[in-house]
Formats: sequence, C-alpha cells, structure tokens
Amino acid sequence: MIAVVDYGAGNVASVVRALRHLGGDAQLVSDPSELLAAERIVFPGQGHFGQAMRQLEATGLGRALRQGIDSGRPFLGICLGLQLLYQGSDEAPGVPGLGLLPGHCQRFAPGLPVPHVGWQQVRAPFRSKRTGLENYDDFYYFVHSYYAPADGVAVTAVADYGLRFAAAVRRDQLCAVQFHPEKSGRAGLDYLAAWLQIR
Amino acid sequence: MHTVRLIACLDIEHGRVVKGVRFADLQDQGDPVELAARYDAQGIDELAFLDVRASDQGRDILRDLVRKVSEVLFIPFAVGGGLRSLDDVRAVLRAGADKVTVGSAAVANPELVRQIANEFGSQCLVVSLDVKRLDGRFALTSHGGRRDTGLDAVEFAKQVADLGAGELLVNDMDADGTRQGFGHDLNRAIVRAVPIPVIASGGAGKPEHFAEAVEQGGVHAVLAASVFHQGDFSIRDVKDCMLRRGIAVRT
Repeated sequence: MIAVVDYGAGNVASVVRALRHLGGDAQLVSDPSELLAAERIVFPGQGHFGQAMRQLEATGLGRALRQGIDSGRPFLGICLGLQLLYQGSDEAPGVPGLGLLPGHCQRFAPGLPVPHVGWQQVRAPFRSKRTGLENYDDFYYFVHSYYAPADGVAVTAVADYGLRFAAAVRRDQLCAVQFHPEKSGRAGLDYLAAWLQIR
Repeated sequence: MHTVRLIACLDIEHGRVVKGVRFADLQDQGDPVELAARYDAQGIDELAFLDVRASDQGRDILRDLVRKVSEVLFIPFAVGGGLRSLDDVRAVLRAGADKVTVGSAAVANPELVRQIANEFGSQCLVVSLDVKRLDGRFALTSHGGRRDTGLDAVEFAKQVADLGAGELLVNDMDADGTRQGFGHDLNRAIVRAVPIPVIASGGAGKPEHFAEAVEQGGVHAVLAASVFHQGDFSIRDVKDCMLRRGIAVRT
C-alpha cells in the first residue's frame, strides 16, 4: 500500500488518482499507525509551512513521517512536502521543519509574479549524479512562493525562476520534488512511475 | 525564466460543453472530458471549466465532472461558476479541482477571498474580473457585463490581491467575441498594479493575438475558448507563434 498523507490541506485526490492510474495501491492516510503500515509514503503539500508543521506535530504524523523515512521506506514529498523536509522557511520564521535536509526555504524576491505558477523546464544541477527519475529538459508544473536552495545537498534537478532553485532532491529512498508530478502531464506520470520502481 | 501558459476554457451547462465545438472527429461534441483530453493531447497547459448556468442542481453535475476529469487528465484545471461559499469551494477542490475561479461572489463579498486563501491557500484561488470601459475608466461589471458595480477594476484587482488571490483572470468584455485581439491597455494597467500572475481573456482571433497579449499587455497567461473549439487554429500554432517571437512556452 502507498500511503498518501492527508493532513487536511489541498488537492490530495489528484495524487491518489495519478498513482492509481499507474497501478499503485494508493490510499489517503491521516493516522500515524496507518502511515507506518504502508510500504511507500507520499507526502503532498499545499498550504502554509507553519500550519502544516503544527498540524503534523499535533496529530503525530510528523513523528511517523520521520520514522517511516528513517526505516528506508521509499518516500516522496511534493511541493510543500519538499520544503517541510528542510530546517525551516521564511514562510514561518521560528517554526522548525522536519529537518531531514540542511537548509532553509526562502521566498521569491519581488520582480517576477509570486506565486510562481506555471510549467518550467528542469535541468541537471552542477556536480549532480543523475538519478534516473527526472527527465532533464522536460517541463513540469510548479505552484509555489517559496523555494529550497539550488546548491543544497541532495539536489538532483533545478529550475530557474529569476534564480535557480531546487526542483528535485534525492537521498537514497528519500525523494522530493517542488513541482507537481500529478499535474505535469506525461513527464509527471513518468516521474511517478520511476519513483514506484525505487526499492 | 517565466513560461507563458495557454489555457483553454470550456463553458459547461448541465455537465455538457456549450458554445459550438466543431471538431468533426470527436465522438460526442458536448462531452467535456473528451474535449479536455483532446486539448491535453495538443499540449494545452491548463484547462478552465466554467459552469455558465451555475444552478444548485448544476453544482452536483459539476462536481461529478470534476471527478471524471481528474481521473483521466493529469494537468492543472480550474473550476468556476456560481461558487459562493467556502463549502462550495471545498466541494470542488475535494472532487479534484486544482483551483477555483470566483467572480461575482468576490465582488459581493471580498472577504470570501481572504477566507478561501486562508483555508485552502492562495495557489488555488483565481479571482475573475469582468471589465468594461465606461466614461474613460475600467469599470468592474457583474452579471456577465450587464451591470456596472461602480467599482474601479484596477482598484478591485489590488484589493483582492491583498486579500490573498493567487491569480487574476481579466475578462475584457469590450474585446470579448470581437476576435480583434486582447485589450492591452486594460491588461497592462492590472499587471502593473498587482504582484500576482494575470491571465488575459477575451478577443483572441489569431495566434499573433496571444503573443501580443504577452508583449504589449504583459500578461503571464492567456485564455481562449471558441477559437480553440472551432478549430480556427491549434494550440500548437499559438505556441509556435510565441516561440518564433521569443516568448518562452512549454513545448
């Protein structure tokens, strides 16, 4: 079973439908013990960094997520689900993130419209090892106002919106993407299919 | 780099596409899911479903449609028409819509904009403005352009952006249906006034018009309906035109 974490925000149905479309047994899960019963964990994020962290800590889902990731289960964070892996974000000063990746998420500077809404080409970052998940040069759909740094550890793809930011990260079974693979057409479904192959 | 989005709008009544769809090879020309899949295959970046009747009975049908679309299409889509409350919004988002479009409800009650943004996030909220030029001002209208709200469209745009709208859809009621191009003066005024993405709507007649909306109006996305439905030109034609003129699009 693939647990799709539902903490009461955003369009989580689309993630479930995309995974099922690919033959995955995806279920919405809001209970920590159910989450730990799954073989794979998907953590879609939408909404506010601070509210999401408070919700995760209050429900025990935060602890279960850390435990699930530590156990080596294939994990996929999406959008805010990527940002929450970091130590914190400008969106909620003083609220610690899950802290699984070093670094801090920042807000796009004025100049280009924020939120960043649209399709963006992802590229290989410098010094990266190709993970086989992202198809470089393909377009993926992004909706976000905050971003994780492009030069952070484990960054496997970057995109450019006024500056370069992390489009995808991977460390062993821990994967996360700033784009929405469930809304990125063929390229997004290919990403999810490749993630489903991770053991 | 910012990539311009191309959006196809499908007007829905009782779960069916209205306004002539002329693709001869579609099995059922009124089936929104079939038409949406067609646009997806052609490379549309986003879809918008607008319930033109917006009756209570229509809302259940709309929710059903949203679910069907989200089971077969994996690109972003917005749903609008008659959404008046947080419950209405929650229902279509839960059914699988990525965004909602609110128009007259935001005019009647701007506070709704703040409530939706707080509850579901700005990323899922498009506020739609029907605008006409009256006595040298950009007048915000309601009821399909028939009623002047007395409000200034640019001021209203600023207000809803402050309240948490994620994007603005600017319907130029003077340009709508003319096929003479988008209203660059209006779009430019709105783009300059707000920090969020602006979608131009109304006036598309040929691929060059889409490029001009970006070059002269400064918009971040362009929406059209009938020119796509009637097959005057394809999504590809519009994107090729933009690329030739140095505008970044998803290919």
